[in-house]
Amino acid sequence: MLTVMDDIIEISDLSKKYSSGFVALEGVHLTIRRGEIFALLGPNGAGKTTLISIVCGIVNATTGRVVVDGNDIVRDWRAARSLIGLVPQELTTDAFESVWNTVSFTRGLFGLRAKPAHIENVLRALALWDKKDSRVMTLSGGMKRRLLIAKALAHEPRILFLDEPTAGVDVDLRHDMWQLVSRLRGEGVTVILTTHYIEEAEEMADRVGVINKGELVLVRNKADLLHELGTKRLSLRLRHPLARVPEALAAWRLELSSDGGELTCLYDAKAARDGVGRFLEKVREAGIEFMDLATTETSLEDIFVSLVREKR
Amino acid sequence: MNVEAVYAIYRFEMARARRTVTQTIVSPVISTSLYFVVFGAAIGSRIQSVGGIGYGSFIVPGLVMLSLLAQSISNASFGIYFPRFTGTIYEVLSAPVSPLEIVLGYAGAAATKSIILGAIILATAGIFVPLHVEHPIWMVGFLVLTAATFSLFGFIIGIWADGFEKLQIVPLLIVTPLTFLGGSFYSINMLPPAWRTVALFNPVVYLISGFRWSFYGIADVNVGVSLGMTALFLAAALVVVGRIFRTGYRLKT
Repeated sequence: MLTVMDDIIEISDLSKKYSSGFVALEGVHLTIRRGEIFALLGPNGAGKTTLISIVCGIVNATTGRVVVDGNDIVRDWRAARSLIGLVPQELTTDAFESVWNTVSFTRGLFGLRAKPAHIENVLRALALWDKKDSRVMTLSGGMKRRLLIAKALAHEPRILFLDEPTAGVDVDLRHDMWQLVSRLRGEGVTVILTTHYIEEAEEMADRVGVINKGELVLVRNKADLLHELGTKRLSLRLRHPLARVPEALAAWRLELSSDGGELTCLYDAKAARDGVGRFLEKVREAGIEFMDLATTETSLEDIFVSLVREKR
Repeated sequence: MNVEAVYAIYRFEMARARRTVTQTIVSPVISTSLYFVVFGAAIGSRIQSVGGIGYGSFIVPGLVMLSLLAQSISNASFGIYFPRFTGTIYEVLSAPVSPLEIVLGYAGAAATKSIILGAIILATAGIFVPLHVEHPIWMVGFLVLTAATFSLFGFIIGIWADGFEKLQIVPLLIVTPLTFLGGSFYSINMLPPAWRTVALFNPVVYLISGFRWSFYGIADVNVGVSLGMTALFLAAALVVVGRIFRTGYRLKT
């Protein structure tokens, strides 16, 4: 029972076939936990936006069911939608309205009375307070992106969907946005984001889902995923450059830099200790001296690319 | 009922009208004044009274209808088409707003604007010719019913259109000719019998005739028939709008 209570979104057997015949989603099962940050990764056209659009009520599912905090999105659509805020991928904003009015408009759409103090807080948090009386069309791209987030937060949602929130956004703003997301999480808001920037998922997400060609390829805790699938790299800075990899080390996956000065060993993170320990012994036995060593873990990006490639 | 949402959409649309006051109010007032100058003064002075009413006064209800129909359609169609065009419609679709509430907000605002416009045109007409309203309640009734019906019709066009050209085509090629031929500037009783029969297939005839009856007590067709036809158009528009939302036509994929 406890696990059911902990889930805020349950997606079962969700499929979407567009009238053109294109299958955007196929048999997706996914559960989002209350209060978590979930990152949905996938290449272009993988079905990320379709999935979000179905949950938010913009696209009709072909088959399957979505339940948001106990409310079926078709039967109890009003209750389900009231909980959700959506930041779309495209910069779709009004042009002629003022920032204040367009954010207030969204709050009204969700059936809530005006609450100027809340709107002020949201605008301040997104560094838009100075622009509250400006027309939307006069804002820069980054400001418009923040405005879309302000609109999505206008009705104090419990669940926030961010569809590619930092696409085309500069580094500073991206970090501001990450801070905002972690603050929202602190307030108990569940955040689901799609992204191309793997570092975004690595930085923020508790769990990661990878979607490709309409199918959910995997869902894991981010740390587990990195641990499970990660390959580690051990780089040795050699005292004397090698012409080629010695025979004695042929059992390992090795790369030698073109100048022969750096030897890199790729090893499975799961068997990390034994593997790397034996390797270093063999290095010493082979009489190879090194001045320095460094290990790096595989990024989520490497894992993601390999998963997507596998599916092809 | 999500009253706040209806009000939010309504207020948003009314704000748009305030921003485009030249287009919404000034241009119809100018064109109405021009009709009076051309038809009322220049040509009308050579026309004898129609059914005992001076020609200038006779054309007032038709002129009001002409603007009411055109503006209801253009306001409502643009109101819903523009968010579709820019993509901001996602907000309305993902909010806890029912189809009925969406229609009430958009078509309600368009109808309000048309009614205000109708009142302004009447006031403008009052400067040029003596006005007399015999059945004020019926006059208001016809005004509201027609504004509501054609705002719904405009809403349908705004959903159906997939470009700005289509948005203009129906008002330009269908509604304007039907209004001009629907007895705005003449009584269909002035037509030869064969053309009179043809004219009876023009739905706008019933709207103008009923509206004119509320002013002067004279009508081309029985006022009950006019009212029945207006109600029928309203019902038809409601059925189509209902169907649009049931099927998600052009709104949801």
